[in-house]
Amino acid sequence: MRRVITAILVLILTSMIVFTIFFMGPKNPAKSLCEKQQRCTPAKLATLEHRMGLDKPLHRAYGDWAKGLLVGRTIEYSDTESYECSAPCLGISYTSNREVTDELKEKYPATLSLAVGGSLLYLTIGVIAGVFAARYRGRFIDRALVTTTLVISAIPYYLIALLAWIFLTQRNHFFADTTYKPMFDGGFHPIAWAAALLLPWLVLGLTNATSYSRYTRGQMVETLGEDYIRTAVAKGQKENVVVFRHALRAAIIPVVTIFGLDFATLLGGTVFTEQIFSIDGMGRWALQAVVGRPDIPVVTATVLVAAGFIVFSNLVVDVFYSFLDPRVRLA
Amino acid sequence: MTALTAPRPGDAAANSPEPYLVVEDLTVKFPTENGLVNAVTGLSYSLELGKTLGIVGESGSGKSVSSMAVLGLHDEKRSRIQGSIRVGGTEIIGLSQKRLNQMRGNDVAMIFQDALAALHPFYRVGDQLVEAFALHHPSASKRDARKKAIEALDRVGIPQPDSRVDDFPHQFSGGMRQRVMIAMGLINSPNLLIADEPTTALDVTVQAQILDLLQDLQREFNSAIIMITHDLGVIAEMADDVLVMYAGRAVEYGSCKEILSHPEMPYTWGLLSSVPDVTASTDSRLIPIPGTPPSLLDPPTGCAFHPRCLHKDKVPGNLCSTELPMLTPGRHQGHLKRCHLADSDAIYVQEVLPEFDPGLAAELADTTTDDEAPR
Repeated sequence: MRRVITAILVLILTSMIVFTIFFMGPKNPAKSLCEKQQRCTPAKLATLEHRMGLDKPLHRAYGDWAKGLLVGRTIEYSDTESYECSAPCLGISYTSNREVTDELKEKYPATLSLAVGGSLLYLTIGVIAGVFAARYRGRFIDRALVTTTLVISAIPYYLIALLAWIFLTQRNHFFADTTYKPMFDGGFHPIAWAAALLLPWLVLGLTNATSYSRYTRGQMVETLGEDYIRTAVAKGQKENVVVFRHALRAAIIPVVTIFGLDFATLLGGTVFTEQIFSIDGMGRWALQAVVGRPDIPVVTATVLVAAGFIVFSNLVVDVFYSFLDPRVRLA
Repeated sequence: MTALTAPRPGDAAANSPEPYLVVEDLTVKFPTENGLVNAVTGLSYSLELGKTLGIVGESGSGKSVSSMAVLGLHDEKRSRIQGSIRVGGTEIIGLSQKRLNQMRGNDVAMIFQDALAALHPFYRVGDQLVEAFALHHPSASKRDARKKAIEALDRVGIPQPDSRVDDFPHQFSGGMRQRVMIAMGLINSPNLLIADEPTTALDVTVQAQILDLLQDLQREFNSAIIMITHDLGVIAEMADDVLVMYAGRAVEYGSCKEILSHPEMPYTWGLLSSVPDVTASTDSRLIPIPGTPPSLLDPPTGCAFHPRCLHKDKVPGNLCSTELPMLTPGRHQGHLKRCHLADSDAIYVQEVLPEFDPGLAAELADTTTDDEAPR
């Protein structure tokens, strides 16, 4: 319970900080928006500022925003026009003039699909490779794996993604166009959805699998040296069972912890992957909201979602930890 | 190397069937980056059902390594094992993994030193006991295996075994955990039980309970026990025979009574004089063995103990540092020692014993019977 309260406090604090940074930021979003339109008069600028809530002091503006998130609010466009934004209201995007919440609902499936597929892939590949490397430590399979992971991790991720995109979808059409295709788009299209995501999944999965395999290998090597592994062998247990049931059971725990946090980061949006493969998800949206004219409602929303996932996954990892390790249960 | 084939005192006729465990000329080497570690060299001993062999020595003397070889626990790729280990007539060295797995835990079981580390922290003790049982009783039902696990816990004196069976190892006290370990070792009634310092991590009162328990269970099952320890008190309590190891070799071997009362190897003297005696008068001294155990990468020439030996000057011609003494009979046929000293028993009684236990020395001077129990 205390953890849940802490988590909520962290989220409130995060939203305040982000809100403040962009509210007080060097660029006045109303001014740049106004200048982009023709004939920016002071009256027009004032209207825009009022609409964006920039004419209010910081604490009032934040208060309005928070109220909108919890119970909804009325956004005044002018003295006569207003817009009813129901909870959870994250404001109106300056760029698209649409409700941030609606846009979020559109962008989110892409990020979720990418994150779930990619992370399942790297967890599976990484753990299996790590287990085998540890079991055949010092032999060919182990050395090959260590070398491969070293090479892959030495290349910047965005370069791998970019090269994969250029050579595998543009020059040669080994993979389908990676632009995101929703699974439910007036019908059920799982194959188009998966085909478009396949390459991003593989790139994300294989590059991240390297660190997981190294980490799993290290944990497994350590665990295989434990006394209770020797006990299992001394009982007459078969090697496969010793490796997978006795050793992996213990070695997986720290891996799961890291995975929980990594997965949460992915859920918050992957900027490089989404940008390079033109997947219209959270990462790309956040990037567009930050560069150029700051779109405060969008930035705040994306940061809040990302922070929410990190905080939530921390909670889940804690719960999971006590589920996996009986010694934590009583502590 | 001297192969130990001569019958020991107390053995039946020489043509009786082979003892349950026979180790002959066992050599274990581990190749490392720094060179070859000679963990065990030319070790021979045998053990009959119902008997207990105590293996004594410092850390790194090869006592655990040699016993783990009996279970085939050394990785074939990381060790070089030569010689012969026969358990109930089956040669262990070179045996297939499949056959080894059939023997491990069933014919030969091992009890490890630190039960907290040796039990899996994430599985309930019941599940670990069931695993040990079910592996060798594949046809047993889950319920039977669980019943067996509860029985095993009950037999080693764990109160309320039917509820404790579902506890995790960390929920037990140190002594109770060691009992669980013993229950696991005994669940398939093995003929040979190897106890690797089973009481080292426990406090003395619990130690005594565990040793008692092992003796009771040995009487019940007529198992052979190898008791690995550096505690001569445990040896005096448990062992029929004693094997003293130093730098991977047997340096003294004989019946427990004989070795403890008439040790003939200066290393054994050192071990005996390092043992505190609660009943001894305050004028008896503890005399530690000087120096540190030798490197097994590059063992000393001649007798491996010579750099630490206080009596090497009594051997003429620098023999101790140039020539490895053979394991030869000392006072009796059945008392083997690896030492160049010609009259080592006399040196022990006249020089060594008075230094650390004047009382016993005086007593021995009066009664010259060999049957005098040590202390």
